[in-house]
Amino acid sequence: MTRSFLGWPAFPAAAEREVGNRQLRENVRRATHTIRGKRAVLAAERPDWDALRDSAAAIKDQVLADLETQLLRAEEKVTAAGGTVHWARDAAEANRIVTELVRATGETEIVKVKSMLTEEIGLDAALEAAGINARETDLAATIVQLGDDLPSHVVVPALHRNRSEIRDIFVREMGRHGRPAPDGLTDDPAELAEAARLHLREKFLGAKVAVSGANFLVAETGTLVVVESEGNGRMCLTLADTLISVVGIEKTVPSWQDLEVFLQLLARNATGERMAPYTSTWTGTTDGDGPRTFHLVLVDNGRTRALADPTGRQALRCIRCGACMNTCPVYERTGGHAYGSVYPGPIGAILNPLLKGLDDPQTASLPYASTLCGACNEVCPVRIRFTDVLLDLRAQVADGGQHPVERAALGAVGGVMAHQAAWKAAVKTATTAGPLLPRRIKLPGALGGWTDSRTLPAIPKESFRGWWKRTQGDTK
Amino acid sequence: MMRSMPPNVPRPRTALFVTCLNDTLFPGTGRAAVALLRRLGVEVDFPPGQSCCGQMHFNTGYRKRTAELARHFVDTFGDYEEIVVPSASCAGMPAEAYPLAAAGDPGLARAVAELAPRVVELTEYLTDRLGVEEVGAYFPHRVTYHPTCHSLRATRLGDRPYRLLRAVRGIDFVELPAQEECCGFGGTFSVKNPAVSGAMNGDKARHVLETGASVLAAVDNSCLMNIGGRLDRDGHPVRTVHLVEILARTEQDGPLPGVPVVEEAR
Ligand code: SF4
Repeated sequence: MTRSFLGWPAFPAAAEREVGNRQLRENVRRATHTIRGKRAVLAAERPDWDALRDSAAAIKDQVLADLETQLLRAEEKVTAAGGTVHWARDAAEANRIVTELVRATGETEIVKVKSMLTEEIGLDAALEAAGINARETDLAATIVQLGDDLPSHVVVPALHRNRSEIRDIFVREMGRHGRPAPDGLTDDPAELAEAARLHLREKFLGAKVAVSGANFLVAETGTLVVVESEGNGRMCLTLADTLISVVGIEKTVPSWQDLEVFLQLLARNATGERMAPYTSTWTGTTDGDGPRTFHLVLVDNGRTRALADPTGRQALRCIRCGACMNTCPVYERTGGHAYGSVYPGPIGAILNPLLKGLDDPQTASLPYASTLCGACNEVCPVRIRFTDVLLDLRAQVADGGQHPVERAALGAVGGVMAHQAAWKAAVKTATTAGPLLPRRIKLPGALGGWTDSRTLPAIPKESFRGWWKRTQGDTK
Repeated sequence: MMRSMPPNVPRPRTALFVTCLNDTLFPGTGRAAVALLRRLGVEVDFPPGQSCCGQMHFNTGYRKRTAELARHFVDTFGDYEEIVVPSASCAGMPAEAYPLAAAGDPGLARAVAELAPRVVELTEYLTDRLGVEEVGAYFPHRVTYHPTCHSLRATRLGDRPYRLLRAVRGIDFVELPAQEECCGFGGTFSVKNPAVSGAMNGDKARHVLETGASVLAAVDNSCLMNIGGRLDRDGHPVRTVHLVEILARTEQDGPLPGVPVVEEAR
């Protein structure tokens, strides 16, 4: 069975459950702090870092403003180079297209290069239903797949797992899907990597069909780009006879010159490396080299919906480096699953509502899954202003009448506060009632959470305005 | 030494926007702001019509309500040449939030754009407008400082609060580990996501304890209320004090009652 985020609870409930898992919190804290530190060093190394970020944001905005032209240009180039381009409006259509393409090859065992989009659309489950077994080849994606788990991070999908958990998954599951884990496997990272290497090598060598995503699609030549650390991608992209790349329409960049900007930013910001160990590029098919058949499936699945949101469309600049989640203090405590999507953390908090709309309680809860601390704004390589988008989405939720009780409460406060006399009376009541209020109480209703872990401040006998009125600010 | 203003130079008309939270729950912060500003020669006024900046409303998504409060803010403070605010997050509202809340109301948008540059957070007012760092303060206690998210990333106070703190006589200032990390308050966040907020706050409180400080300072009482509430619940006697309350104290006031005095200062 392939697990999915379908029917996931809204953020507060899901997060509360995850926060209570000490092991998980420790795993996520360790992993995010390690990457955070590496990223900070490598970003600081570049004197032109902020200029690169400016360029990256500007390039993406330019593409998004002219997406149709760019995509048609890419289609023309891919087709001219011997590839076939398919357009998918949503997840169901994308899954149907890929399933039919795989079926046509007659293969039932295929390999995958890690791709968040295929996770987003639930491709593995769709293929499984058609009797096709798609095996992940990226180490972290393999850990997630073997463990029948869900991804919790866009760069390191198994970030929530520690070494000993990984060892247990390998020992338990590898044998059921191919070459078993070596006897006496320990949780030494080198041993774990070797076990994965042996298990996966069989898959690369045997598979005739590979499914990938792409980090970029260069419109001027129709070239696809995959950036990775392990070489599994390179293997799949070159060894298979048929390659099917499933790519979100927002991955387009106009030219190679533009690509250069992103390649300088991505690895430094994602994994704290100067350059990713493997950067693979391919254009259609080449006789005698690599796959003989190439399909590009361009997927919308909510992207044009996001594009229609004037404030929110900047979320489509995202290059999935993961820095926002590595930096996020909320993500650090909850891990990725709390967000109920393959896109967690700050980008998940804005992108999911933009892609899916705010109609269900789960997506409507995400814009509130932030303290608005703004740490993500500072690390995003494409300068997404998360706090602006979060606030705008909150306004959309509030306008949509999702929180009638809260609206009434804040409305009352607002009304009182704008009205001087009433406000003065309210302050007076609050301060005279103050000393009667015990500090270790449990507040009723929605406010109860506050007092679960904190006492309330003592309410002073005299308000500031009371003092001012009495003394005219005389501080003698 | 404390800098005194030449008596014959007319001061600009300066208003204190005390903020609704300080007005009701932390009046000592407002009193300290008045005392300090007057000591520095600023004749500060308190327009009594003032209410709330609307931050909670804005951050929860209620833009119309925010616009009403923005209108009220403009009406109350429009005549003043400078409006000083002892809260980094509230001080940022006119520049950051009001333009968005005023979208669709050009009159209000204009008024807000005109007023916003005159609204200034208190520590920035001291260092940049008055040009002082040594404000004549005396505070013989071990103090650590939490840079609140708004002061760090929105109002961008930078090292201003540290410069002011380091110039305080008798102070034993210690840096807070992982200081740039959010305390988990986030206004509406602490109510909607109490478990996560509590976990963040717990870590912040732990870092405060690691410093051995008797006093935690910040420029936002909302965050101090959050962290202080946790420290208090766990039985730790660390006091949370707004930065301006430290800056306002002099030798005449002596040490803060009930708080350990640092050795060197005795
Ligand atoms: S939103 Fe920005 S920081 Fe987050 S994953 Fe995307 S590009 Fe990276």
